[in-house]
Amino acid sequence: MASFIERHPAWALIAIIAIAVVLWLVFAIWPPGLEAAFGRKRVFLNAVLNGITLGGLYFLVASGFTLIFGLMRNVNLAHGSLYLFGGYIGYAISSWTGSWILSFIVAFVVVALVGVILQLAVFRRMEGQDLRQTMVTIGLSIVFADLMLWVFGGDFYQIQTPSWLIGPVQLPLLTAIKSSGEPVYLQYPLVRLVIFAASVAIGIAMWLALNRTRIGMIVRAGVDDRDILAATGVRIQLVFVLVFALGAGLAGIAGVVGGTFQSLSPGEDTRFLLASLVVVIVGGMGSIPGAALGAVIIGLAEQLGSVYIPTYAIVVTFLIMVLVLALRPQGLLARR
Amino acid sequence: MSLLQSTQFRSDPAASATRRAFLRAWPDFQNPAAWIVALILVIMPLIASGFFLIEIFATTLILGVIALSLMFLAGYGGMVSLMQLTIAGFAGYMVAVFGVSGNANISLGWPWWLATPMALALATLFGTLGGALAVRTEGIYTIMITLAIGAAFYYFTNQNWAIFNGHTGINTVATPHFWGVDWRADIAFYYVTLGVAAICYFAVQYVSRAPFGLALQGVRDNSRRMAALGFNPNAHRIAAYAFAAFIAGLGGVLQVWNYRQISPGSVSVGACIDILIIAVVGGITRPIGPFIGAFIFVLLRTFALDVLIKFGLDGNRFRLLIGLGFLAIVFWSSDGVIGLWERWRQRNKSTATRRSGGHHG
Repeated sequence: MASFIERHPAWALIAIIAIAVVLWLVFAIWPPGLEAAFGRKRVFLNAVLNGITLGGLYFLVASGFTLIFGLMRNVNLAHGSLYLFGGYIGYAISSWTGSWILSFIVAFVVVALVGVILQLAVFRRMEGQDLRQTMVTIGLSIVFADLMLWVFGGDFYQIQTPSWLIGPVQLPLLTAIKSSGEPVYLQYPLVRLVIFAASVAIGIAMWLALNRTRIGMIVRAGVDDRDILAATGVRIQLVFVLVFALGAGLAGIAGVVGGTFQSLSPGEDTRFLLASLVVVIVGGMGSIPGAALGAVIIGLAEQLGSVYIPTYAIVVTFLIMVLVLALRPQGLLARR
Repeated sequence: MSLLQSTQFRSDPAASATRRAFLRAWPDFQNPAAWIVALILVIMPLIASGFFLIEIFATTLILGVIALSLMFLAGYGGMVSLMQLTIAGFAGYMVAVFGVSGNANISLGWPWWLATPMALALATLFGTLGGALAVRTEGIYTIMITLAIGAAFYYFTNQNWAIFNGHTGINTVATPHFWGVDWRADIAFYYVTLGVAAICYFAVQYVSRAPFGLALQGVRDNSRRMAALGFNPNAHRIAAYAFAAFIAGLGGVLQVWNYRQISPGSVSVGACIDILIIAVVGGITRPIGPFIGAFIFVLLRTFALDVLIKFGLDGNRFRLLIGLGFLAIVFWSSDGVIGLWERWRQRNKSTATRRSGGHHG
């Protein structure tokens, strides 16, 4: 941090001012002039929180995508289908047993198994042929999408939020002061906060697993140079299968999350594929912290955009991608 | 004929050299099968009814032109771009926005001869800018970035009402009508698409043998070496994107004239991927591939329903069929139907020579 300030004093100053402005926007009570120009503070805070929690969901989807890409150089364009499949599995389980937690476990296991089958039966046969693998994932995404349309139809599904998570919670964030002098605090759905906390926990667990365990060391070495890693006697095919299972399973969990606070329908697979593409392009391919940063940026851009410039919201997301590609084509946190 | 003979008789070295160069540049002129196909395409209105002419052949040619632009990028430039349909759709939207349509509050009402070049120019610009973005990274990233561009455009058309009229799109787009001919009437429109497709086909074939195309193929095979030789690989790539965008734009203009409407559904991610499927199934090594792929695709799309029902299956599973067919092609023949055909012919030839050799021995 100190070395960054020494090297780029101007950028550091801009960053500090930006952070201060954001903190002031979040914690201060807005003066009437600002409210008149910018809308209510409650709307802004809701958009920010929605953006961050959506970022948590994007992180769950994109981290699996980036992990698979980083290790196996496999651009898995069927990742959105895995997300949607996980969501449908979660819906089926939660409406059958009524247990929300169980639906996560089953979705993770089932989608991870699909990932294992894909890696063993398909991608292993065409190792090193990036383009062909990508084409195969495109074909698979079409097949999966049609199979899911066949089984589940074109309806919207929403996974039932468990009763202990329903309802808003009061956050210690002031939105306004009533004329009577009574402070008004922000109300926010508990389930989104819990899910965000869970995705942060998963992110930290992944970071620890990658940086503090032996298997994580093998995976990181594989990201850097998988040929040398294979030459040292590591059973790299086993590592590939495990990583593919983990990445697919995370997409499955994300599907349950998305099905809980949004909805499941055909077309969601494409939406989340696009989100993971943009997130990993912005954050940097193959980098877990990059996926986290990219997910929060894209989530915030999407939510703030849809509140303040509704008909051009997607352009903001897209412009961020363009800017990153123009200034730092390898992504914000990629190492190369 | 006599002209050709006389040149051969004189055996003028310069003339025969130009002739040889001509034949090398246009190998189709030597191939009798190509002449037969061309003849059939020209007299098609005599054979086929209006439905077949437009729904099958004109649609094939339009999709073939769009897929041809992808074939040019992928086959000669090594860049698999998933945004070619997006460029085509953008051109279509621009025709609708600048030209005359049922949505008078959006369309500017320009005559077609002004709106169409404008749409083509803007589509080329769009494709060039997208290409300039995509060449910032290499190889497999191209697919991701172009897919992101395509998907972003789709969602943008869906949520923007000021220009793109949201998810309803723009309807009853006017088609050109001049010299007393309604160019959207079945036969006239068929010849328009045939003419455009032929021009695009020969243009791609010409460019692939021109110095620019050769340099592009050099960049595809080894961009470092080309850079060392003094070529600018990225400039060549971006120029290739511009050329491909123009072709895709032509296809998009034809498409909006064909359906007379355009909506986000026409630029959806699925449709972008369909173009890739068409090009890959046909074969991305030769310009004829995309047209073969488009023909197969259109036939499947039109008749899969009836055929599936006839076999007692669910008729709605057409996309499953397309997906499985695509997977099969990717698994067994990396250069598509053309590759299968060539391998089959080669095997026949080799068995034939073996048999004849055995006979003599």
